Amino acid sequence: MNKKVLFGMYLPGTSLMHRLDPRLKIMGCFWLVILVFFANNLFTNGLMLIALLGMVLLSQVALKKYWLGIRPLMWIILFTAVIQAFFSSGGHVYWQWGIISLTSAGLVQVGFLILRFFIIITASTVVTVTTTPLAMADGIEALMKPLKYLKVPVNQIAMMLSIALRFVPTIMDEVSMIMNAQRARGMDFNSGSLLTRAKRLVPVMIPLFVASFKRAEELAVAMEARGYDPNQPRTKYRQLKWQKKDTGGMISLIVLTGILFLLRQL
Amino acid sequence: MKTAMIKIENLNYKYAHQNKLTLNDLTLQVPAGQWLAIVGKNGSGKSTLARLIDGLLETPSKTIWVDGLEVNTENIATIHQKIGFVFQNPDNQFVGATVAADVAFGLENRQVSSSEMPKVIEQALTLVKMQAFRDRAPEQLSGGQKQRVAIAGALALKPQLLILDEATSMLDPEGRKDVLTQLAKLRDQGELTIISITHDPDEVALADQVAVLDQGKIVKQASPAVVLNDQSLIQRIGLVQPFSLMLRDQLKARGIKVPTNYLGKGALYEWINQQLATKA
Repeated sequence: MNKKVLFGMYLPGTSLMHRLDPRLKIMGCFWLVILVFFANNLFTNGLMLIALLGMVLLSQVALKKYWLGIRPLMWIILFTAVIQAFFSSGGHVYWQWGIISLTSAGLVQVGFLILRFFIIITASTVVTVTTTPLAMADGIEALMKPLKYLKVPVNQIAMMLSIALRFVPTIMDEVSMIMNAQRARGMDFNSGSLLTRAKRLVPVMIPLFVASFKRAEELAVAMEARGYDPNQPRTKYRQLKWQKKDTGGMISLIVLTGILFLLRQL
Repeated sequence: MKTAMIKIENLNYKYAHQNKLTLNDLTLQVPAGQWLAIVGKNGSGKSTLARLIDGLLETPSKTIWVDGLEVNTENIATIHQKIGFVFQNPDNQFVGATVAADVAFGLENRQVSSSEMPKVIEQALTLVKMQAFRDRAPEQLSGGQKQRVAIAGALALKPQLLILDEATSMLDPEGRKDVLTQLAKLRDQGELTIISITHDPDEVALADQVAVLDQGKIVKQASPAVVLNDQSLIQRIGLVQPFSLMLRDQLKARGIKVPTNYLGKGALYEWINQQLATKA
């Protein structure tokens, strides 16, 4: 159960992308998503693709893994693309039926749309496959810090996030244990219609919820015993360190932005 | 007699959903630097007592004092600082994403600076022999290893009192001996008072005092030698006899005259050697 490769799951490694600061990776990913919408012609889109390819290569993760990540989302992209193709106007009209029409401008837009989707999904996959969930949580916490001034309970949110991440494998184990226990009692999870199969998951979900609540209660008591007080300041064991390569990464992003805006003029 | 680390006077406790008292007029004192083992059947109130001492349940007022401080909502933060509590289920007290991060959790709560933490964590993990696992995630550890980490997490905070609620139940016999010996060492240095709830006769034998809990009352409080020697009591509370006592009784059954006082493994070994030497 735990071995299943999920979209964007972390893959261990020591590449440059792996070692970059999670804060840079998260912010950089956001920035790329914004930049994608500024890419207006072939040159700018080409530039984005080159930048993306560079990131993918730097992550030293097999291209096939990325493809496996994008494939499940392909249908959504295609669906959006088809809608876009038939409902946009401008340019030469190839075919028309009522309000539905296929035009040359529409097709160009579809091309850009697919490209944008592709770039956004791959860029965020680069971040998630090279960053441990924990580093991600640390990065998000650090980036959320300014929200403290707006009375957002950043520390509590970060604690919730890291505990949730910590217990994902534990609860996955619990699911397979409960399923095995039900199988031992003669339950068959693999046959029947979709509805019967869904119904058969009820005797898995109920024990799982009960156990999770019990677990949460025990964890809360244990945390209290170890002196946790959500309203008190805490120090931090894991410190994020901004390094030279992170500054380098940031400069590359700025340069990329500069070139992109120059190419936009063409 | 040294000052009492824990003083409990006429403690009554009832859970809201039960109509029987879980703890019934309980009075107990534990001097500083002593190891008290609490034994008793399931449901005899052992865990409830331990939780009340740490203020994890609503402790009735003026019944429990830890290091001279009454356990109440006002003192609770200080009480938590004095007490290290290790629970039975190691998974549900593992907060950190890695072994080191989990030991750090308590230190973060105490606002220990991040530059000091690695040293303290290293020391604590060395005590329970888990240094080599410091970067492991909890799902990569066995139950016993997680229990070691939980003990390290409590010890890292340098508590005056350590409460172990069946905290070594998943360790193999060798590992348990290891950890308990380390704890005994800390007690001998006078740094630690220990309360351990246990079903393990060897752990009982390491303690200075044993309190036998039955139906919310302390039915006997004495040295391990006295308690472990009390056949009928041991059977009533479902404790297994230590190996040396089983051997002694077997010898007795074969008509060999054995001293009736409690002998540990070492003492019994010596006694048998002596007998063999005189016979030969």
